[in-house]
Amino acid sequence: MLRGSLPEPTPQTAWFWDATRRGELYVQECTACGGRHFPPRPFCPACGGREVTALKCSGRATLWSYVINHMVPKGGDGPYVVAVVRLEEGPLMMTNIEGCPQTPEALPLDMALEVVFEPVSETITLPKFRPAADSNGAGA
Amino acid sequence: MTRPLASIVGAAETTRLGVLPDMSELDLHADAALNALADCGLTPADIDGIATAGENPAMLAQYLGITPTWVDATNIGGCSFMTHVAHAAAAIRAGLCRTVLITHGESGRSRVGHVPWTVPPHSLMGQFELGYTPTMAATLFTLPALRYMKTFGVTEEDLARVTVVQRQWAGFHPRAFRRDPVTIDEVLASRMIAWPFRILMCCLVTDGGGALILTAPDRAADFPTRPVDVIGTGESVEHLMITEMKDYTSSRAFRVAGDQAFAAAGIDRADVDHLMIYDAFAHVPLYGLEALGFVKPGEAAGFIADGHTAPGGRLPMNTNGGGINYMHSGMYGMYALQEAVRQMRGTAPQGAQVRDARISVVQGVGGMFGTAGTVILARR
Repeated sequence: MLRGSLPEPTPQTAWFWDATRRGELYVQECTACGGRHFPPRPFCPACGGREVTALKCSGRATLWSYVINHMVPKGGDGPYVVAVVRLEEGPLMMTNIEGCPQTPEALPLDMALEVVFEPVSETITLPKFRPAADSNGAGA
Repeated sequence: MTRPLASIVGAAETTRLGVLPDMSELDLHADAALNALADCGLTPADIDGIATAGENPAMLAQYLGITPTWVDATNIGGCSFMTHVAHAAAAIRAGLCRTVLITHGESGRSRVGHVPWTVPPHSLMGQFELGYTPTMAATLFTLPALRYMKTFGVTEEDLARVTVVQRQWAGFHPRAFRRDPVTIDEVLASRMIAWPFRILMCCLVTDGGGALILTAPDRAADFPTRPVDVIGTGESVEHLMITEMKDYTSSRAFRVAGDQAFAAAGIDRADVDHLMIYDAFAHVPLYGLEALGFVKPGEAAGFIADGHTAPGGRLPMNTNGGGINYMHSGMYGMYALQEAVRQMRGTAPQGAQVRDARISVVQGVGGMFGTAGTVILARR
């Protein structure tokens, strides 16, 4: 499997990576203004409030935008998708799309996706996405 | 139009542009600086303000023998030089210095003495983007494009046309890296980099540099060159990570910087004769034309297809061929400024010179749509 450089968590992000290792995905929600954001930080970028809670995601998302990267690093199988998905909870997240051909035809924008968790080291599990099982076959 | 903020009295690129394996990055800065000093009849001893990005300005001051009373090391990517112009104009007005040197030099292709751009694995970008193996700007800067294309019905042919039209301009420039005419079909047949972007829709990777010298408007007449007045500036920042760009169909940084510059200059869009939009990739001029208010959202591709930005059009854009054709060392902003200065001086190559051009808008971008700097120049 193609391998990017591995994240090194900081004290402010370790909880997020602990959660993905358990197969859970989180964004954050501000107690004061309700704003939701990602990546994690111990405050709200919308209002500056320091009271934010972790909001567990459904794992559902839609395909927001992407490119199919043909500059394949050593060890890669072929062109692969670098995508940005819109989580059902609102924020955007970078990811790869797996479980379907890496072609424009298989990847219409706004298609329904679901999260999968890919362990890449003892400490890091990356959230990735695949076509949703209950979608109408788009990309399948 | 309001009173000029500052005047550009010296401007030059490196002696050579393109593939320069015999030049270190520091020496590209120095070569450009010495050319700009010669352009306006100064020596390093005359400079009391210095600004640069990439290279440390302290190293440059040491190397060139400059003793500044004002220093700016702002580095927000390829539009850093637009912000240097803005900051230098403010510093001169505030009396912090009188004569500012802004330099750029980059061995983007040959990588001689190159200062690398690194993303640490504990940074937010390192944690939340790099694991998905984006490879450089060609996969990050381009990420919003598909959303833009779907929203406005823009096609791959429209992207290719940006290159085709700008190549017409490059054909007039002896120093442009890619000068031969090219067709939409040829662009679409070129090597795939990151769908929907082909290599001819991507900026070059070349070596070179450039430098500017600014002073107060009331001193500008003392120099041998035709002064170019800085009449408006603007800058803004939206993000570093492309996932934090709020609207994939329009750059907030572009809009904020552009509006600020137009307000400062006290001019309307209709007053603009010449436009440079930093074209790291073929979609960026589309975003720029719209964010700067020259056309409405979704209209830029049609505007280009109708010939308005091409030679003979009513809004000549990227008249050096742009970063896609002229040169792009990694931080292109300096070269957009150089072309705008040539246009306002009336010294652009025959064919590329826009007749009677009096006002030029230069739009820079940095990061992946994350930062922006706008400079509005006027012919004196």
